[in-house]
Amino acid sequence: MKEYLNNIWSAISTIFIGMGITWRHMFVPSVTIQYPDVKLDLPERERNRLYVNMDDCIGCDQCARACPVNCIEIETVKGIPEDDIGKTSNGKKKALWVTKFNIDIAKCCYCQLCVFPCPTECIYMTDVYEFSEYDRDNFIYDFVTLTPEEREQKKINYQKFEEEKAAKKAAAAEEAAKAKAAEKKDDNKEQN
Amino acid sequence: MALKTEEMILNMGPQHPSTHGVLRLELQLEGELIVNVVPHIGYLHRCFEKHAEAMTYPQVIPYTDRMDYLASMYNEFGYALAVEKLLNIEIPERVEYIRVIMGELQRIASHLVAIGTYGADIGAFTPFLFCFRDREKILSLYEMTCGARLLYNYIWVGGVSHDLHPDFLRLTKEFIDYFRPKITELNNLLSYNKIFIERTANVGILKKDVAVNYGITGPMLRASGMKWDLRKDDPYSVYDKFDFDIPVGDGRMGTVGDSWDRYFVRVLEMEESLKIIEQAIAQIPEGDVTSAIPKRIKPPVGQVYSRVENPRGELGYFIMSNGTPNPFRIKVRGPSFINLAVINELCKDLLVADVITILGSIDIVLGEVDR
Amino acid sequence: MIYEFFSNLFNNQVIGYIISAALPLLFFILPFVLVAVYMERKVSAHMQDRLGPMRVGWHGVLQTIADLLKLLQKEDITATANDKPLFNLAPIVVFAGSYAAFAAIPFTGAYIGSNIDLGIIYIIGATGLVVAGILMSGWASNNKYTLLGAMRAAAQIISYEIPTILVVLSLIMITGTMNLNTMSQMQTGYFWNWMILGGPGLGVTKFLLIPFMIIGFFVIYISTLAEVNRTPFDIPEAESELVSGYHTEYSGMKFSIFFLAEYANMFAVSAIVATLFFGGYQSPFGYLGNTLGAHWLVPIEQFFWFAIKGTFFVFVQMWLRWTLPRLRVDQLMAVCWKYLIPIAFVNLIIVGLITIL
Repeated sequence: MKEYLNNIWSAISTIFIGMGITWRHMFVPSVTIQYPDVKLDLPERERNRLYVNMDDCIGCDQCARACPVNCIEIETVKGIPEDDIGKTSNGKKKALWVTKFNIDIAKCCYCQLCVFPCPTECIYMTDVYEFSEYDRDNFIYDFVTLTPEEREQKKINYQKFEEEKAAKKAAAAEEAAKAKAAEKKDDNKEQN
Repeated sequence: MALKTEEMILNMGPQHPSTHGVLRLELQLEGELIVNVVPHIGYLHRCFEKHAEAMTYPQVIPYTDRMDYLASMYNEFGYALAVEKLLNIEIPERVEYIRVIMGELQRIASHLVAIGTYGADIGAFTPFLFCFRDREKILSLYEMTCGARLLYNYIWVGGVSHDLHPDFLRLTKEFIDYFRPKITELNNLLSYNKIFIERTANVGILKKDVAVNYGITGPMLRASGMKWDLRKDDPYSVYDKFDFDIPVGDGRMGTVGDSWDRYFVRVLEMEESLKIIEQAIAQIPEGDVTSAIPKRIKPPVGQVYSRVENPRGELGYFIMSNGTPNPFRIKVRGPSFINLAVINELCKDLLVADVITILGSIDIVLGEVDR
Repeated sequence: MIYEFFSNLFNNQVIGYIISAALPLLFFILPFVLVAVYMERKVSAHMQDRLGPMRVGWHGVLQTIADLLKLLQKEDITATANDKPLFNLAPIVVFAGSYAAFAAIPFTGAYIGSNIDLGIIYIIGATGLVVAGILMSGWASNNKYTLLGAMRAAAQIISYEIPTILVVLSLIMITGTMNLNTMSQMQTGYFWNWMILGGPGLGVTKFLLIPFMIIGFFVIYISTLAEVNRTPFDIPEAESELVSGYHTEYSGMKFSIFFLAEYANMFAVSAIVATLFFGGYQSPFGYLGNTLGAHWLVPIEQFFWFAIKGTFFVFVQMWLRWTLPRLRVDQLMAVCWKYLIPIAFVNLIIVGLITIL
């Protein structure tokens, strides 16, 4: 009997205490931020979409190697001596043309592992988080600033340069071989 | 002559509002009473352990985040401790303190989710929103430090990725002062509510010897009366420098080891975590947090098993290395996976409605069960 | 009075009946449901520290209309194995059951749908139709789980009618009439003449009755909460462990009829509690119309007070919903049979003894 009355009393009292809490909460201002009209201020270290500043990129491939999901694709080609590729922001001369720098932002897991190895700090995470697209192919971001013709041109230039170098080397080797053969003949003649 | 009845098989399917994730529970019923519960898992298996064999040691950390996504800091913590043991390196004391503060904040956040969703399963919708509102404050503390709210990639092998923000300690102290009265309010609204007690007390009683035999760890084990916590019994990092208590279930609303005890142990643990954070903030030294991070991690040939106290239990990492920059084998002992196994024992001779109560009190995260 | 007005207007009793019966539906229930749905969302939001609907209309006032339009244009799905006649009839029966109760509730002194002497007994009988409707919907959905939900709902509603009747009986003993209109008129005057404070007339009986009236009020409030399937008794309609209860299979217009019926039912039981214990349409402070001498103002004021009291009790129902967790089915039955019925019974006996004095 005592337990019966105890049950009734504890039920009623705890219900009223709970009701008191929700009543008080009706008058507390709400914590909702009405999103499209009001946007949150994000902190400075916020990790959202990646950005690459191509003027500083030296094509070292460190970020692509650090990425755990392999979302960065980099292709570089060496410059020929007459080219002026430019300088990075801390004064070093660049030695490589970057012909392909694709980041598949749909694969990116926003882990920030690519930001730390970069020697020139050209890849970093911004606070942009509204970048939905209708077409999935638009998620492959291409950061290279050269036009496609220019990229082809650089590749062809380098290939030509290499071929010329190889031709020169071959020509030089032939001449050297000829000279050596001529010398040998002379030697032989002398000996005889 | 006994009446011949047929057993009915009921599927609490992979898509269900009350199973926390994709879990299929096959209930074999006899009328309304449960005869057998068979959990079917694997719907969230993402091959973490195999995948880690192709990554280098630092690259594995984003993957460990995603196992138990509600307590990411602790996953990284356990992994970092294991690899540091393998490499045998010393880390600065400031790093240890930062890791402890982050870990304990993560424990509070994870328990808030557990408590909130448990209340929502039972039918009380308001504490769910209160818990998530408080959790937002913790997530914004994390966002200030490392830039992400849920999957951090913050605790690295040998240190942490960023030093604390200058405002971090002050804001954490403010959070502690803000949060203490909220625990009292939560207790008044949910824990001591007679209807909640009626639903959860004496339901799913887990006895101490059964729990130890099944390998249960974490708040479930402590609720059954056993005072076992890796932070005190096998201390790692700087936990031996703090003064805190281990809450144990005492059956005050029913029997020892029922669902109410499991739920209330989590509430008490949040209180203890606040104490640890206060002491850590007072004791934290200055220092450089990135000095001990090795440039290239190539551990010697060997194997190591290291364990930490996750909000859900004992999280263990077994790492075997063969001298290359990629781990040869990583095996994770996920506490939710092992805690889930006992659900058959707990649900014997109960009603279908109680399965939800018991599942909520076990507090599983399917990312950890399936990895 | 309004019935006479309309039958004189059209010189035909039947048309007068039909119009005066349709009036509360069009002018009160539908607008009330629109307001009640919006109120529930806003009340729940503010209790949970959030904002609720804000974008449709100023602070979301048009949200219910948007929801209604959405429900109306949904496809009306009927599975092939459903029992078509029962499936289609069930929402109508549920709505008819909850709406029929409004016939005997006095909205103001000048309007009552049907001034029958059976008043409250008729109301309790008519709301029993809801049980039939729920069972029909659960059975006709051809779904194991809705059938389970419907059976539980039926058991719950039928059991909780008993404490309701016991408290109503005690009130009938005090007032000596079953007609709600007469009961409201008896509680005229100021608020100390309300039943919860012992009823009209002065004397020892009045003060002796007060604690038992309060107990009776709590018992009837809880049991009517269970009759309309609100938390903490909402096993039939919330995600009852498994699926969504007896109206899972309904979509579009039929679902909106269920929805309408639920809120109408909520108001009906709030109105009954208000009429029995809190004076119905009587004002607690006297009438402005009387003091100003404008006697045509009095029925409007009475309607205003009636709406306020009914809405207040609906608000308390919502308040309870967002505070309390849900009871399990066997605990629900235990509350009814082991707690409410004995208390109501003892209350009845004691009130009976007091009225003899």
